[in-house]
Amino acid sequence: MSVVEAAKPDGWEEYGERQETRVGFFTDTSICIGCKACEVACKEWNLVPEDGREWTGQSYDNTGQLDANTWRHVAFIEQEKPLRVDDGAEGLRWLMSSDVCKHCTHAACLDVCPTGALFRTEFGTVVVQEDVCNGCGYCVPACPFGVLDKRELPASPPESLDLLDGLGKKEDGRVWKCTLCYDRLKGGHEPACAMACPTKSIQFGPLDELRARADQRLAKLEAEGWNGAQLYGRDPDDGVGGFGAFFLLLDEPEVYGLPPDPVVTTRDLGQIWGHVAVAAGVVVGAVLAAFAGGSR
Amino acid sequence: MSSYYGRPVIKEPVWTWEIPAYFFTGGLGGASAVLSLAARVGGNEALAKTSMYVGAAADLASPPLLISDLGRPERFLNMFRVFKVTSPMSVGSWILGVSGGASATAALLELTGRLKLVKYAAEVVSALSGGPLATYTGGLVADTAVPAWHDARRELPYVFGASAAASAGAASALFLPPRDAGPARRLAICGALAELGAVQAMERRLGPLVGEPYKQGEAGKLTKASKLCVAAGAGLLAARGRKSRTAAVAGSTLLLAGEVALRIAVWKAGRQSARDPRYTVIPQRERREPRARPAHVRP
Repeated sequence: MSVVEAAKPDGWEEYGERQETRVGFFTDTSICIGCKACEVACKEWNLVPEDGREWTGQSYDNTGQLDANTWRHVAFIEQEKPLRVDDGAEGLRWLMSSDVCKHCTHAACLDVCPTGALFRTEFGTVVVQEDVCNGCGYCVPACPFGVLDKRELPASPPESLDLLDGLGKKEDGRVWKCTLCYDRLKGGHEPACAMACPTKSIQFGPLDELRARADQRLAKLEAEGWNGAQLYGRDPDDGVGGFGAFFLLLDEPEVYGLPPDPVVTTRDLGQIWGHVAVAAGVVVGAVLAAFAGGSR
Repeated sequence: MSSYYGRPVIKEPVWTWEIPAYFFTGGLGGASAVLSLAARVGGNEALAKTSMYVGAAADLASPPLLISDLGRPERFLNMFRVFKVTSPMSVGSWILGVSGGASATAALLELTGRLKLVKYAAEVVSALSGGPLATYTGGLVADTAVPAWHDARRELPYVFGASAAASAGAASALFLPPRDAGPARRLAICGALAELGAVQAMERRLGPLVGEPYKQGEAGKLTKASKLCVAAGAGLLAARGRKSRTAAVAGSTLLLAGEVALRIAVWKAGRQSARDPRYTVIPQRERREPRARPAHVRP
């Protein structure tokens, strides 16, 4: 199995000598047991606030989705499908998958961020600087996976006397997402979710190695006849240049709430700027034309 | 189509009402600056002054709208930390800063009657940046993963630009006696027709599925109301706007209301488009290379 060179993430080159190996996650959902240890470990380590306890009635998923206060989300899917292709027509299976920020090679959130709060780290990951983000919200609809969201919880206890409360809103108001435990990486440690995962469904490491390992794993599952096994986000030629955090799924991505063919919106930015410029010219032209019939 | 409990795949835009309001004021300010300078050069002083004041007022209303939408309004200056061409919001902040600053300066000097040369320079700067100010917001919303916006990227800058031109013409025609408002009236009518055409082209390109939000729910109602108001306003201006001040005021008001409704409709359509996973998943599923089902997959 050849080790494929990871596509170069935008902005990573600028680190020069300080550039580290690009790291990421390979989430092998075929061995996920749905324990949610990743969700808990992430919240604990990153001090992500509690955001309501709600019974959804959607299998064992009472988390719902990735958002500002959920950086790992375990999906649960109950299906009437055979687990293996030779299991006969009858079958019932329970799919689980721990979703996370994809740390895209071409990241839309990073491109559209107007303040530079979102940046590419030396590890090739994408992180929001909480002291720079002003909560403009542009990254939220730009992400093709719906990962980023604005935190609306109180920024500080209500009894605190914050002079800025009068000027701003009382909520946190900033955008938050998975940092791939940037602080832990800096200290040479594995991210909290991968560390806590009891089955090694979440694997952390250099992206090249993870991709090679994923290829081997897929070949094994295919040989064993696992129904629907496929890699998602492993291909550096996809619409976002490959994910820094990719997956082995047992059904189509949309079954897990993931987009089947995500594309970084800024791929079309040249075309968009072109039309903006021509349209601006048309506005000027229209005004001039309005004076063609006289200036009164 | 399968989905995860019908949950959205992408996040709904978190922008509140201030953002469509700014799409309107920014467009009005940008196109008014162009109209004002053209009137100045053409020798229509009444129109030049009126559109200058309208534009400056719209430009001055814009930053408070944008700042109040921020999650951290006290950090609004972070918009000017960097200049990023990959971010239409970054480029747009600079355009608004330059154009709004110039038009406010020009209006102030016009009011006080001082520093003629500086005033002319400010007018030129605000007119040059007025066009981009009127159209970049269309590119801004198109540069997202929201299907009803991204797939309309070839039309939205024209929709927004035409809407801005119509608004600028209508706003000046609202405040001026009909004999001074000729070019403003013509701009309002042309802009309105162009906007209706561009919206039509956009809906045709989006097709029945991705274009659905512009036809359903609140966005659908607003789109329809906008078309009616814009058509009625432009019609009234064209038929009676030259003779009757009352008709000019009524036509301009209708047209402006229609353009405000359009901006709100586009914003709401984006939210509706993000909320339903069908709009994201079905087109992506269709464009993904049709693969032969591998032997190891059973439905």
